[in-house]
Amino acid sequence: MISGRVWKFGDHVNTDLIIPGRYLDDYSLKNLAAHVMEDADPDFPKKVRPGDIIVAGRNFGCGSSREQAPLALKHAGVSAVVAASFARIFYRNAINVALPVIICPEAVGLVENGTELRIDMERGEMEVMGNGARIAFKPLPEFLIRILDEGGLVAFTRKKLQ
Amino acid sequence: MAAKTFAEKVLSRASGKDARAGDIVTARIDLAMSHENAALVLKAFHEMGAKSIWSREKVVLLFDHRVPASTVKAAESHRTVREFVRAEKIPMFYDIREGVCHQVLPEKGHILPGMLVVGTDSHTTTYGAFGAFATGIGATEMAAVWATGELWLKVPETMRIVLDGTLPKHSSAKDAVLRVIGDLGADGADYKCVEFIGQGVDALSISGRMVLSNMCVEMGAKAGVCFPDKKTMDFLRPIARSGFDLVRSDQGSEGEELMFDVSALSPQVARPHSVDNVVAVEEVEGIPIDQAFIGSCTNGRMEDLVAAEGVLGGKKVDDGVRLIVAPASREVYIEASEAGVLASLARSGAVILNPGCGPCLGAHEGLLAPGERCIATTNRNFRGRMGSPQAEVYLASPETVAASALKGEIADPREVLP
Repeated sequence: MISGRVWKFGDHVNTDLIIPGRYLDDYSLKNLAAHVMEDADPDFPKKVRPGDIIVAGRNFGCGSSREQAPLALKHAGVSAVVAASFARIFYRNAINVALPVIICPEAVGLVENGTELRIDMERGEMEVMGNGARIAFKPLPEFLIRILDEGGLVAFTRKKLQ
Repeated sequence: MAAKTFAEKVLSRASGKDARAGDIVTARIDLAMSHENAALVLKAFHEMGAKSIWSREKVVLLFDHRVPASTVKAAESHRTVREFVRAEKIPMFYDIREGVCHQVLPEKGHILPGMLVVGTDSHTTTYGAFGAFATGIGATEMAAVWATGELWLKVPETMRIVLDGTLPKHSSAKDAVLRVIGDLGADGADYKCVEFIGQGVDALSISGRMVLSNMCVEMGAKAGVCFPDKKTMDFLRPIARSGFDLVRSDQGSEGEELMFDVSALSPQVARPHSVDNVVAVEEVEGIPIDQAFIGSCTNGRMEDLVAAEGVLGGKKVDDGVRLIVAPASREVYIEASEAGVLASLARSGAVILNPGCGPCLGAHEGLLAPGERCIATTNRNFRGRMGSPQAEVYLASPETVAASALKGEIADPREVLP
């Protein structure tokens, strides 16, 4: 079960907004987290708290294949990204670094900045805390849930190779 | 057997299954490319406990994003990868000298029709111009490819984009693809395999087709293919590293088809801050610019430099404009140099950079200050892409960028050229 406070963003949040190229010579996670989303909202890296959830519109993560995008979000404390749709490389990268991603267009209109949200990945259901609204979504295919549960593709592959 | 699309055929062959759109398959990878982010791949590779690369002959590594090293950190990650290449005896490694991956790999004969290619770069789709199925992936999954040679892929649906008619003089593949992206939107081809077909594609050079395949990721496509013809074969014959099979979609295979009449297409420009914010050049003419950039995996080839030089013709660019030119590869650099194109561009006032990605992704070599405006032949104009988030980037063809550099404002190349 994932629960946290919502940060809302619009459509087409691209990888340059998530983590700009000018910071990518330094692969340290601390550096990435310090600048995550700053071009979209300068307050975000300062105010994001562990467990926070991003809810965004269409095509989240479009642009570059940089895995630093989901890594930066995860290491800033983001516990999940809910979006109306995702760009494909971001979606794969997020699962591979164990950042849960949920496709749910309905959620976008039902939550605000600061809304508390609780997400059940296996059942495919989220609950808007406060008003109790429940929103269903299609759960991830089982083999992707397994990668998330293992803590990402590194741990998943390590097990497979053993 | 029912008719199959190009994507279904390549992924059936690579997975050993009868792959259909929507299926998830585990595919054997034919070629795996990484640039600087090989340092990240390597980290994940070691953390996985992997011992050795599944097939050294199927991995290509090179440096292009920050060459020569732009910072000490970049130098360190170059060194890490170099040491790995040496220790693992990886035969296909290109150090800082060769240029942009998506230009270098085709030039060196690595990319062949029918191949399944993955790269840790979103513009890996460029290789589709040679009839390969090529797509971008992340660093961690590349580590899994290095370890196992396999990757799960969803078999994409097919979208056929027909370029009807041939482009008028002074409009190029870039203008065509910007128009398509403008009409379909930044997620208009999400997860799809785009097939570029029709008279307008047949008439394009290999360089032009590379522009189409390169840019298809800007509308969310997984891959973008141009089917090989005589031009492709002439390009590949002297350089191909092995034999290959031509793969194309069967008649009657699934896919939606969209027509674009390009016969009267005017030069197109993508305005800030999204690639699908596209208008005809007439609508943005006269907007002052501070910088003009010609280069990148999209438009840094010989044909592009020649087109720009044709517009400039040795005339000086506007005093207020910094024109920056980066040939896409060492081969392009040499060819343009020997043909006198680089000298002519330099006489016009251009700063000629070494081959590499540098300015396109705002890594180094020409970043923008707050409030500055750049017109570029590159592929992305996202906020903050080329430097300050308060700067603006417009995207256009080499001819439009050159005409704009000349006038100091966004300009229509048809008004500058005879």
